[in-house]
Amino acid sequence: MISKTTMFRLLLIAVTVAVADLTAVVAFASGLSDPHIQWPSAEELIRVISFQDYNTRVVIIGTTLLGLAAGLIGTFLLLRKRALLSDAISHATLPGIALAFILMTLTLGDGKILLGLIAGATIFSVLGTASVLFIQKQTRLKDDAALGIVLSVYFGLGIALMGMATRMEAGNAAGLSSFIYGKTASMLFFDALLIALVALIAIVFCISFFKEFALICFDAEFGASQGWPVNRLDFLMMTIVVVVTVIGLQAVGLILVVALLIIPAAAARFWTFSLRHMLWLSGLFGALSGMLGSGISALMANLPAGAVIVLTASVLFIFSMVFGSARGVVRLVFERLKLRRRILQENLLRDLYEWHESMADTVVNETLAVNLEWIGPRLADLLTQRSWSPRRLNRTIQRLIRNDRLVADGDNRLHFTEKGMRIAKEVVRKHRLWEAYLIAHADVATGTVDLSADRIEHILDEDIIRQLEDLFPSVSPRDLPRSPHKINIAEGTV
Amino acid sequence: MLELLKRPFENESAEQTGPADSPLWIHDLTVAYHRKPVLWDIDLDLPEGRLIAVVGPNGAGKSTLIKAVLGLVPRASGAISIYGRPYDSQRHLVGYVPQRESVDWDFPVNAMDVVAMGLYRQIGWFKPVARRHQQKAIENLEKVGMAAYAKRQISQLSGGQQQRVFLARALAQDARLYFMDEPFAGVDVATERAIIALLKELKSAGKTCVVVHHDLQTVPAYFDHVVLLNMRVVDSGPIETVFTEENLKKTYGGKLTLLSQALHKYADDTRFPSGKK
Repeated sequence: MISKTTMFRLLLIAVTVAVADLTAVVAFASGLSDPHIQWPSAEELIRVISFQDYNTRVVIIGTTLLGLAAGLIGTFLLLRKRALLSDAISHATLPGIALAFILMTLTLGDGKILLGLIAGATIFSVLGTASVLFIQKQTRLKDDAALGIVLSVYFGLGIALMGMATRMEAGNAAGLSSFIYGKTASMLFFDALLIALVALIAIVFCISFFKEFALICFDAEFGASQGWPVNRLDFLMMTIVVVVTVIGLQAVGLILVVALLIIPAAAARFWTFSLRHMLWLSGLFGALSGMLGSGISALMANLPAGAVIVLTASVLFIFSMVFGSARGVVRLVFERLKLRRRILQENLLRDLYEWHESMADTVVNETLAVNLEWIGPRLADLLTQRSWSPRRLNRTIQRLIRNDRLVADGDNRLHFTEKGMRIAKEVVRKHRLWEAYLIAHADVATGTVDLSADRIEHILDEDIIRQLEDLFPSVSPRDLPRSPHKINIAEGTV
Repeated sequence: MLELLKRPFENESAEQTGPADSPLWIHDLTVAYHRKPVLWDIDLDLPEGRLIAVVGPNGAGKSTLIKAVLGLVPRASGAISIYGRPYDSQRHLVGYVPQRESVDWDFPVNAMDVVAMGLYRQIGWFKPVARRHQQKAIENLEKVGMAAYAKRQISQLSGGQQQRVFLARALAQDARLYFMDEPFAGVDVATERAIIALLKELKSAGKTCVVVHHDLQTVPAYFDHVVLLNMRVVDSGPIETVFTEENLKKTYGGKLTLLSQALHKYADDTRFPSGKK
């Protein structure tokens, strides 16, 4: 376990960071003398939280379901390494929307029919994907260049068409910019219903095609050799991405919808080594981002929802990156500390054991003990080889006592416990076997073999031990081979 | 050469098939695939139940040959048959071990999951991986000595262990003909021995193994049949007669490098329809 001091230190750092962040936010906000940042009153807060407001309810449910759908399909998108393609897709929708608006205004008089705009967006996102593939196949340009070109060209075209649309007399293009930046406030029941439908599709497909998608993400060539229609499965996957993207345009805006697809999946990666868990966790994170994001945005009147949702997702990501139980930073540091501790303890056990061996020259048993008063001068000698400070020595001894490997009796002596004796023997055995191997087969001199073995022995697993035993059949499973070198311990009496 | 001037995918000899007892029969195969080496007029008829090495210099088209058989790269012309029928209808008879580096080993799956992928065809569309499939996967891991690592994340495996997982996956396919692309590349000695033992077992079970191999030193020891490849088949047959110094010189150096240079130039030239883009 992490010691109390380390935990305290980590907590202190976390608190400091949090306080610093909050101070910065408040300072920044209050620095804007503009009344544009309105902090919610307690009343407003309660209203939103308890879902009393119909509009807020619709928005929160809509964005939650959108986050869920994006998180699910985003997992496969991330693993298929198509994350940036989804960015190109979302930017490619803009000319489609503008063109649809223009055409509808010219022919039908009303340019803002939602289904028409969605159709335009979808068609152009498909065109965008096709353009990327075309550029990759027909020119020598690689993925990133193809994506960059399509993204910027389509987006530029879209901006130009938007300019045209705004200047049309018959039409009212004011609301079109909500497709770029997102605007949840105007979400209607119908919009939320569409999102719910898309979320359902995403869930159904991700479950039904789970193993097929997993296969093409991991090893598409093997899948193809097995007869799986890799291209069609790819197409299906990208279709779901397009659908989720287009439906998410209104809520989060085309610039940020890619974030909702990627960030929850990337965050989920830090918590698990299982694809199934990653999928559901990613959906959960996406839903959470949608819910919290739109909730916060509903409270702070002028913060655009899309941005807040993405910021929420980012906070989740950073938290996952640091604290993730599978690959987070904290976890890695923790594992490393654990290993170091184990190595220190094993080394001390081995030293104590060998010291006994050299003294008694008989089979060592538990009752033979080390006088704790010896810890001062003699054992310190023993351990200067390892450059241990007295503090480290004391700490390790305390831990060994706590872990039931050693026990201190009333006379200030240390004894091995049964467990401790067993572990000491194992470690000594591993060490001696490995030394024997190095001397016999790797030409390591007996003078230096101790140091070499010292590093390796702690990570030798059963597989290697068995092989070592095969190499030295004269050593039975319970035997401890003799040490090939003199054990460097200062002599002393018990 | 004229076939290369035609548009790719035109496969006029698609009707031809080889003998029904030949695990792999290839006639007039030509592959011109951008970025990948070119194969030209390949003719092969491999015997059953042998361990067959495919050797040649870098860029000789060894991997491309396997991929062309499996339908992973398009061919400009030529006919391929597995036991007398086209590959499409014989997938259940073929097992494949791709190159280890073709995959991102950071993927969130464990060893058992990867081996289970070899059973997906049996499982079929939409159905999940059941317990009995997991059991079968573990059995195949046992055959390569990796049963203890079944639940281990693949990124935590060593290179040799990863290779063995790939092998176990191919074994799960329960095939008669196995294609292996550089299975010995970058593995430790213990794994190499394990793979050889496995190959020998497969041979005594009557299976045929076609193995792309890079280490000429070990070819006579590990294999009994060899295909010398450098854009064309230099020679193919039993080790004793074919694996000669003269043949190796032809494959790896000397006059054939001119052919290789010319074909690469052809492949690079964008004016030809099947040239590199």
